[in-house]
Amino acid sequence: MLTDSDLQAIWLTTRLAAVTTLILLLVGTPIAWRLARSRSWWKGPLGAVVALPLVLPPSVLGFYLLLAMGPRGPVGQLTASLGLGTLPFTFWGLVVASSFYSLPFMVQPLQNAFESIGERPLEVAATLRASPLDTFFSVVLPLAKPGFITAGVLTFAHTVGEFGVVLMIGGNIPGVTRVASVQIYDHVEAMEYADAHRLAAVMLAFSFAVLLAMYVRRPKPAKGD
Amino acid sequence: MSAAPSRRRETEIDSINARIEAKFRLDWPSFTLGVDLNLPSRGVTALFGHSGSGKTSLLRCIAGLERAAHGRLSFKGNIWQDDKIWVPAYQRPIGYVFQEASLFPHLSILGNLQFGLKRSATAERLGLDQAIELLGIGHLLDRKPDTLSGGERQRVGIARALAVGPEILLMDEPLAALDLKRKQEILPYLERLRDELAIPIIYVSHSPDEVARLADHIVAMDGGRVVAHGPIGETLARLDLPIRLGEDVGVVLDATVGAVDAEWHLARVDFAGGSLWTRDRGLPTGKRVRVRVLARDVSLAVEEPGTSSIQNVLDGVIESIGDDEHPGLLLVRVQIGASLLVARLTRRSAAQLGIVAGLPVRVQVKSVALME
Repeated sequence: MLTDSDLQAIWLTTRLAAVTTLILLLVGTPIAWRLARSRSWWKGPLGAVVALPLVLPPSVLGFYLLLAMGPRGPVGQLTASLGLGTLPFTFWGLVVASSFYSLPFMVQPLQNAFESIGERPLEVAATLRASPLDTFFSVVLPLAKPGFITAGVLTFAHTVGEFGVVLMIGGNIPGVTRVASVQIYDHVEAMEYADAHRLAAVMLAFSFAVLLAMYVRRPKPAKGD
Repeated sequence: MSAAPSRRRETEIDSINARIEAKFRLDWPSFTLGVDLNLPSRGVTALFGHSGSGKTSLLRCIAGLERAAHGRLSFKGNIWQDDKIWVPAYQRPIGYVFQEASLFPHLSILGNLQFGLKRSATAERLGLDQAIELLGIGHLLDRKPDTLSGGERQRVGIARALAVGPEILLMDEPLAALDLKRKQEILPYLERLRDELAIPIIYVSHSPDEVARLADHIVAMDGGRVVAHGPIGETLARLDLPIRLGEDVGVVLDATVGAVDAEWHLARVDFAGGSLWTRDRGLPTGKRVRVRVLARDVSLAVEEPGTSSIQNVLDGVIESIGDDEHPGLLLVRVQIGASLLVARLTRRSAAQLGIVAGLPVRVQVKSVALME
């Protein structure tokens, strides 16, 4: 069925998507929280920056990231001075790039979930002696759980499906940066249509299954009174 | 000899420390709140006014849910807010009941009740068990909030606020979101709170009915400002109360059940200055009650009235006369012993009767509302 290199690409893709989702859970949650709670002027600009990857061609994003992370870019000089080398054409380079690319898929569902909770449960928690941090973990997290599931699933699936940014940042190194979408591209380039079909079918089935699970199991929004 | 002045000073300090001083200035584009109040730290104080009068904003400032740019708030000598100090809501020893019960939907009733209890250092002051018992919710503990009726939810909301062992209970129109039947279901519980809790309660309401029934003190608000405040009896008997009460103008009297007439199912309530007969509601004699007499139910006669269906006729003296909202009407204060009643008359009948201050009158009371 699938060749070893196909399996390798699928495994790499899964790892990349999982790591990216975890990182974005940590990074995207506070951003989404600030966006949902703030009434400040910078809310608009920050929201726009977060949404940029939705409309920007992946090659543009990849190009800027490549420059930044390259040996002459600020990020590249920082990582080099830390003894980490430069990130382009490595797995961690892909992780960084994916994190930017998939950011809106994490932030926007979370922001919606936080906004739909409203002020009231937070005020109730405050009058019941819960500090803001305590409130976040004991009230906001449980109430926003459906939002977290949606955000996590979308981020994972979107990272699995990325192509342009990977090509710009990661290139095509087997086992390091050759993810499933790139592998399919390779198959097609090499006129291996049967291989391309098999892998493409796997991707299609995966994407459909994920979305189906989300739409079928979407819980009813938590109802207060 | 030397102990006397110092004890006196202590009592003075105690009485200062036992008060709630609230001074707030809040400027929003469409609303300004400006209050400077001394609230008693015992009994039920009603913040009373129409919607938009600022009563809820004031309560939220006291709770720390709203931060007035300029404010000073001290509770029993502890400063919660001034130019330098800001104690966040979660560090204030308050209990807060919201208009909608706002129970946490992800927790069971017991989980809701325990939420604050777990986080409060003073929770033993009023045990969870006592709160559950006071509000009669023992049979609901395992349920989820969305399976409860509105009235049950609000009772849980109140119990949840009490379970943290607050030093003051703040209630923001806890009955406003409920229908009449649910209100009647909860009011007895609120009366129990008033009678059994040692802590002060600040109760926001726009319902004269609830205020008359529950409050010991009243702070009347309009347009973000305090327009009158004082003990409920005195304040409601003011003719110049700058709040439109319409049909609800009337007084509240403290009374005791003096006698019960079993044959006619009537009870006599005695107040300072006289007695009134009302429907017997099964209260034992000697029970302290509150009686509400609306101005529209009081009429005046200069001569002895003839035979009438009205059972309650008292002797009084006109104390003062004031304008009513409608130009055709007057409000008249009548002194009856140590108590005051307010009567609503048309200007024409007042002129025909020759109503002036000092005139002795016979006061007919058509209807009396007995509140436990």
